[in-house]
Amino acid sequence: MVEKKKATTKKTESKKEDTKKVAPVKQEVKKQAAAPAVGSTTKQEARIGVFICHCGTNIAGSMDIPAVQEYAKTIPNVAYVDNYKYMCSMPGQAVIAKAVKENKLTGVVVAACSPRLHEPTFRTATKESGLNPFRFEMANIREQNSWVHMHDQVGSTDKAKDAVRIAVAKAALLQDLFPKSVPVEKAAMVVGAGVAGMQAALDLAAAGIKTYLIEADMSIGGRMSQLDKTFPTLDCSQCILTPKMVDVGRSDKIELMTWSEVHEVEGYIGNFDVTIRKKARGVITPAEATERGIVGGGCNGCGDCENVCPVVKPNDFEVGMKPRKAIYINHPQVVPLLYTIDFNSCVKCGLCVTACGPEKRAIDLEAKDEFVKVKVGTAILATGYDIFPIEKKEEWGYKRFENVITSLEFERLICASGPTGGHLVRPSDGQTPKRVAFVLCAGSRDNTGTGKPYCSRFCCMYSLKHAHQIIEKIPGCIPYIFYMDIRSFGKMYEEFYYRIQDEGAKFIRGRVANIVEDKTTKNLHVMTDDTLLDRPIDMEVDLVVLAAAIQPAADTNRTRKLFGVSCSMDGWLLEAHPKLNPCGTTTAGVFLAGVCQGPKDIPDTVASAEGAASAASIPIHMGEVELEPYFATCIQEKCAGCGMCVNLCPYSALSLVEKDGRTVMEVTEAKCKGCGTCGGFCPGGAIWMNHFATPQIVAQIDAFLLGGEQ
Amino acid sequence: MSAPGNFAIPERGPGIWQPKIQGIVCNWCSYAGADLAGGGRIQYPPDIRIVRVMCTGRIDALFVLKAFADGADGVLVSGCHFGDCHYLEGNYKAAKRMFMVKRLMKSIGLDDRRFRMTFVSASEGAKWGAVVTDVVNMVRELGPSPITEFKIK
Repeated sequence: MVEKKKATTKKTESKKEDTKKVAPVKQEVKKQAAAPAVGSTTKQEARIGVFICHCGTNIAGSMDIPAVQEYAKTIPNVAYVDNYKYMCSMPGQAVIAKAVKENKLTGVVVAACSPRLHEPTFRTATKESGLNPFRFEMANIREQNSWVHMHDQVGSTDKAKDAVRIAVAKAALLQDLFPKSVPVEKAAMVVGAGVAGMQAALDLAAAGIKTYLIEADMSIGGRMSQLDKTFPTLDCSQCILTPKMVDVGRSDKIELMTWSEVHEVEGYIGNFDVTIRKKARGVITPAEATERGIVGGGCNGCGDCENVCPVVKPNDFEVGMKPRKAIYINHPQVVPLLYTIDFNSCVKCGLCVTACGPEKRAIDLEAKDEFVKVKVGTAILATGYDIFPIEKKEEWGYKRFENVITSLEFERLICASGPTGGHLVRPSDGQTPKRVAFVLCAGSRDNTGTGKPYCSRFCCMYSLKHAHQIIEKIPGCIPYIFYMDIRSFGKMYEEFYYRIQDEGAKFIRGRVANIVEDKTTKNLHVMTDDTLLDRPIDMEVDLVVLAAAIQPAADTNRTRKLFGVSCSMDGWLLEAHPKLNPCGTTTAGVFLAGVCQGPKDIPDTVASAEGAASAASIPIHMGEVELEPYFATCIQEKCAGCGMCVNLCPYSALSLVEKDGRTVMEVTEAKCKGCGTCGGFCPGGAIWMNHFATPQIVAQIDAFLLGGEQ
Repeated sequence: MSAPGNFAIPERGPGIWQPKIQGIVCNWCSYAGADLAGGGRIQYPPDIRIVRVMCTGRIDALFVLKAFADGADGVLVSGCHFGDCHYLEGNYKAAKRMFMVKRLMKSIGLDDRRFRMTFVSASEGAKWGAVVTDVVNMVRELGPSPITEFKIK
C-alpha cells in the first residue's frame, strides 16, 4: 500500500503538466484512501497552509493583513502562510496548489469571504492540489469581520487572527471524506401552474423529462389568465397564454394534476417521495370513466350540470363580480375542460347527476380526497401571489365605498370575457365613468406597518396600461394617475410611459391621503398633496382603482415548509443567492420560478421559469448527484445501545441492531442528511459527525478561548 | 427595533475591557444571516467568534459548558426560527437542551444571562447585528466570567 502511494506521487509529479493524464491517477488515490478509521484523528503530523485573501480592499481595507500573516506563522501546525489579492482568482488558486505540493501540506485554510460563497471554489482548488477536498477549512474574515467592523482596525485584526487560529485547529483534525453518489429519478415536479409553472413544465417536458404539474385551483393559467391585456405591447393576455395552456394539456410528458396539493415530501435531491392530495372533485374525466367501465362516459365540458345547479356563489376567478354555481368551471377557455364541484357549497340535491345523464355518468357526489405518491428527482416551486387585502388601508375606502375597486377587478371589468363583457362600469350604478383615478403604491412601499415595505414592481406599468385602455375604450374619459414615482424600468417600458402621457393621461405626484365618498352621487373625492405644484388636491372622480400590493399566495408558507425552503421577512421564498443563484434554494434539488421568489412582471417570470427548468433538468440529465458526506457514523465500541438518538432523528435514519452480541446503533447513510441532532445528544459521545465531529468543534472552541493550547 | 435590549454599539479602546464571546450558529439561517449583515455592512462589536455547525441540533450542551469552562464571558447559540429548521426540528431539540444549560448555570452560580439562544433567519442581517450588539452589551454589564478566577494561570 505504501509503495503504491509512493508510485502515485511520482506519477503525479512527472505528469504535472499533462492534466488529462493526471485525472485517472487521482481516482486511484481516492480508492486507496477510501476507508478512514471512524473516530480517529489524523495519525500523521498536521501541516496546515494558511492563505489570506485581501479581496481587493474589501478585507485589506479594514484590517492589518501583514499582522495577521505574521501571527499565523506562530500558530501550531501551520507549515506555510501566504497572502494574495484575490485568492479566488485563477492565480490565487494556483498559489494554493503550488504551496500544497511544495510544502507537503495536509490541510488548507483560506481566510477570505464566507464559506457559503467560496467553499466550493477552494475545495476544488484543494482537490486539484492533490489533497482530499474536505481537508479544507475557511476562516470568514469578510462578511463576518471586515465588512461589519469597518472602522475598528484593531478589533477586526484581532478577530481575524482568532478566526485563522480557530480554522487551523479544525483543519488539523479534518479527515478525508468522499461524497456519495446517488442516482436521480428521471422525473420532475412543478408546484403551481401559472405562467411560471407552465413554462417550467413545458421546458422540462421539451427536455424529455417526465413532469408532474400540480395546481391547487381547478384549472391552469394562474393570475395571467385573469388579465385582459399585457404591457407594454398590449398583447391580449389570454391569446398568448391559451396556446401554452393547451400545450400543457396536450404534452404526453406532463402529468397535469389540478385541484391537487402537495401533502407530504420526503427524501432528498434525486429522490423526493412526494404525496399529492387530489381534492375531491366530484367529476370524473373520460379516462377515469373508462377505468370504471363507463365506456364513452366522463365529463366532456358540456355544462348541462351547471345550468341546473340551484346553488349560487360569487365566482373567485371574476373577483366575486359574477355568480357561479356549486358545479362550475372558472372561464370558457379552461384547461383541463373539466367541471368541478365545490363541496363546501354543494347541497347534494342530485340535479346535476340527472342532467349529466346515464351515458356520461361523470358526476360522483360521494367522491373523497385521494392521495397519490410520486417519485421525482427535482422540484420547482411556482406558487405565485395573492392581492394584498387593501381594505386594511382604511383611508382608501375599499369595501366601504362601492366605486373603489382594485386593479384585478378593473382587469376583469375591462376584459371581453369578464362579467360586463368588457364594459367598464361603476359598481354603484352601472354607469360608464368619465373620470377615473388610479392610486399607485396602494399598500406597496408602505412603512407604516399596515402595508408592504417593498415595491410590487408591476403596478406602475399595468396602471399605465389601464389608463391607455380607458382612453381607447371610453371617449372623453380622463385617467388621473396618483403616483409617488413611475417605475418603468423594463424594455420598452419608458417609451410606453411617454406614449400614455401623450395620449392624455393626467399624472399627479402625491400619495393619496384620503378618499371620501359623496353620499348622494357615490362619486369619490381623492385628496392628496401635489408634491410638484406644492398644493393640496381634492379631486372628484367617478371611479377609483387601487393598484394594490401583492403578497405571497396563501398556501406558500405551508408548501415551502414541506420542501424545506426558507423565506424572507416578507414571506417571499428565499433564493440560494440573490445575484448568482436566484432560482436555486438552500435545499438541493428544489428551485424557484416566478413571483413566489419576489414580485416580477411576466417577462421576468417567464425568464425565471426557464432558468429554474434548466437548473432542475441538470441533475436529471447528469443521472446522479453527489451528496455532501456529512453523515453521522456510529463508533460502535462506545455505543451503549440506549437508543435515545433513534427517536431524535427527524429522518428515521437511525436504528438499533444486534452486533457481536451487543445492541448498537446503525446509520442508514442514504437517509441521513447530516444535521447532527443525534450527535449533539449522544450521552456516550459515540456518534461521529463527519466534518463536524465533537473533537473538531471542541478544538475550535479551545483554539479561541485557550489560544490554541489544550 | 422594538424588542427590549441595548443596541447601542459600545465604545472600545485601550483600558476598556472586552469580553470573549463564543458563538455557535447553524449554517442555514443564522450563519447566512450573519453573512447578510456583512453584505449590508451592518456594524456590530467584534467581540464574538463563530463556530459554524450544520444545525443547532448538533450543539451538545457540553460545547456550551466547555466554552464557559475555557473562560468564555458569554455564549450565543443561534439558529433558525421555529418551524423553519432546514432539518425540520433540530432547533426545537437544541432549544430544549439550551434551557437545561440555563438551569444548570443557575444552579452552579453562573449568571444565565451570559448564555443566550436566539433565532435569526437567513434574511435577518440587521437582526443579527442587533443580537450580537445586545449580547456584547449584556456581557459587558456582567463583567468578566467568574470562572476565569479559578483558572490556573
